Amino acid sequence: MTEVAALVQVRALSKSFDGKSFAVDGVTFEIGAGEVFGLLGPNGAGKTTTIKMMTTLLRPSSGTASVCGRDIRKDAREVRRVVGVVPQEYTTDEDMSGLENITLIADLYGIPRRISSPRARELLRLVDLDEAGNRKVSTYSGGMRRRLELACGLINRPSLLFLDEPTLGLDVQTRAAVWSYIRKLKKEYGMTLLMTTHYLEEADSLCDRIAIIDHGKIVAMGSPRELKASVGGDIIQVGLKEADGDASDILRKVGQVREVKRTSPSDYRVKAEVGEEAAPQVMDALRTNGYHVNTISLTKPSLDEVYLEYTGRSLRDEDTGKVDAMAQRRMMRMARS
Amino acid sequence: MVAVRAEPAAEEHASTSPVHGLWALTNRELKKWYKVPMLLFFSLIQPVIWLTLYGTGMNFGTLFAKGISIPGVPPSEVASLSSQFMLNVFGVSNYFSFLAVGMLSFIVLFTAMFSGMSVVWDRRFGFLDKVLSTPVSRGAIIMAKVFSSVVRSLAQAAIVLVIAVLMDMDTSHFSVVGIAGTFAALFLMTLGLSSIFVMLALRSSDWQTQMAIMNLLNLPLLFASNALFPAKFMPAALQYVVRLNPISYGTDIGRQLLLGAPGLNTLAFDFSFLAGFAVVFSAIGVVLSWRYLTR
Repeated sequence: MTEVAALVQVRALSKSFDGKSFAVDGVTFEIGAGEVFGLLGPNGAGKTTTIKMMTTLLRPSSGTASVCGRDIRKDAREVRRVVGVVPQEYTTDEDMSGLENITLIADLYGIPRRISSPRARELLRLVDLDEAGNRKVSTYSGGMRRRLELACGLINRPSLLFLDEPTLGLDVQTRAAVWSYIRKLKKEYGMTLLMTTHYLEEADSLCDRIAIIDHGKIVAMGSPRELKASVGGDIIQVGLKEADGDASDILRKVGQVREVKRTSPSDYRVKAEVGEEAAPQVMDALRTNGYHVNTISLTKPSLDEVYLEYTGRSLRDEDTGKVDAMAQRRMMRMARS
Repeated sequence: MVAVRAEPAAEEHASTSPVHGLWALTNRELKKWYKVPMLLFFSLIQPVIWLTLYGTGMNFGTLFAKGISIPGVPPSEVASLSSQFMLNVFGVSNYFSFLAVGMLSFIVLFTAMFSGMSVVWDRRFGFLDKVLSTPVSRGAIIMAKVFSSVVRSLAQAAIVLVIAVLMDMDTSHFSVVGIAGTFAALFLMTLGLSSIFVMLALRSSDWQTQMAIMNLLNLPLLFASNALFPAKFMPAALQYVVRLNPISYGTDIGRQLLLGAPGLNTLAFDFSFLAGFAVVFSAIGVVLSWRYLTR
C-alpha cells in the first residue's frame, strides 16, 4: 500500500500510564479507504487505548498517527471533526430522548439544524429506531442503546468510524443486527471502519484486514484468509478406493497444494492455501488419472488457531477479564433499568 | 443513497463557533433541571427551613427586648434599646431580613457545589468521553457546566427572595436598581464559585470524593462569612477569613442594596472583588480544562 492511498497511518504509537510498562507499545499500521480494519486481542491488550489515542481522547507517550492527513497530536480538533466514535460503553444521556441525543451531538459538531434534523431522522431509520426516537433513552433496551450509539457516531458523516467492541455484552440477535448494520455501512456507504473485538467470529466475518494485538504489540496482521493461510492453510481430506494405489505424486502436482500426507493406504491429508479453490482441482486431477474419490471434506483453520499460533494462548478459553466482567455487568444493569 | 463517507461540507464548518456548542451543552444541563420540578422543590427546602426555623426562631430583637428587665426602666425604653442594638449589630431592625439576604448567598453556594458533581456523573456515565470526541472546545464543556449552574442558582435565589418577602422580609428599601445590583453580585459570585467546584472535579470520576469535598467546604464557607452573623464582632483571625470569602462580598452588596444596611466595604470595592474573583477563576477553569480534561 502506498503512503498516499492510506486513509489512516499509525506510526510507532505508544502509551504508558505509569512510565514503566506500556499499554500500547510501538503499534504501526495503515488503513486504506473503504477498508474494515479489525484490532483483535484479549482484554487489556491495548485495543481501547489505541482507539482513545487515535480519537484524541488520550495523548500518546510517543509515536503518532494521522487520519485523513490530519495529525492526531497537532490537529486534534480537525481529527475529531472527521472521525466518528462508537465507544464500548453506553454514553448517551439517559434523561433525553434518542433524537435529542443525536441532535445534541450534531450541535457539538456545529452542524446547523436544517442539515442535522433530517440527517438525525435518517440515521434513526438506518438503525431501526425511528419509532423509539422520541422516547427517553432510559426506556431503551441494551441493543437499542447500542444502535443509538452507532447512529450518534455517524451524525458528522465521518470519513473513519471507530467501533470499540460493538457487540460486547449483547445477546445473539442484537449482535446479528449490529453485524448487519456494519455490513450495510461498508456496502452501501463504502465507509472506512476501525473496530476492536475479542470475538473471533466477528473479526473473521466483518473485517477485510485484522491486526492481532497482544500486550500492546501487533503480533500478526493481514486478511483473515492470509492469517489463516499463514498457519498452514486449509485441510482437504480425501478418501480413495484402496486398490487404486498411491496418489501422492498426482496430488502434489495440483497447483494450489502445499503439502500431502498419506494417512492410511486410502486416505490423504492435503494442505492448500484456499481450500474451496483447491478441492475441485484435486478432484479433477484424481479423476483424470483414473482414481475413484469416495469421500472428500474441507476443514478451514479458524482464527482461534491463528490466535493460538501467534500469542501462545487460546482466546476462546481465556477467562473473562475483570474489566470486561465489570463493563458487562454495568451495561446489563443499565440496560435493565 | 448519499455517501456518508464524504468530507463534511463547507457549510457545516461555517457555523462552528464556540458559542454553538456552549449553548447546546448549557441547554442540556438546564433541560435536566427544569424538566424535573421536584429537584427545584428539594433544593429550596433547605433555605426555607433556615428562614422559617432559624430566621424566625432566632429573633435577636425580641430576645433582647424580652430577655432584659431592668428595675425602674420602662419596657418602652428597653424596646428602643433593643432596636438600637439591632441597628448597631445587624444594620437592620429584624434578624429575619438580615438572614434572608444571607440565604441568597447560601442557595448560590449550594447550587454551585453541585456543578462539580455533574462533571463526575458525566465522566462515570461515559457522556463526557462522547462530548470529548467531538470537535467542541474543551473550554465550552467546562463553561457549559458553569453557566447552567449560574442560571440555576440565580433562579433559585429569586425564588428564595420571593419566599422571604412573603414571610415578612423588610422591603422598605427595595428598588429595581437594588434588586438588579444584588443579582449582578450573585451572578459574579456563582460564576466564580461554580468554576472552582467544576475545576475540583475535572479529573475526578469518584463521586464520594466529590461529596466529601462538598461536605468539608459548605458549612465552614457559610459560617466564615457574614451570611449568618455580622462579621465586625468576630474574632480578628476569623475576620481575615471572612474578608477572603467571596460569599461575604455578595452578601454585603445584598444587604446594602436591599436593606439599606451599612456595608463592610463600599459597593465599588465589593463589586471589584467579586468581578476579579469571577474572572480569575473562570479563566483558570478554562485553562485547566485544556490541560486536564484529557489525560
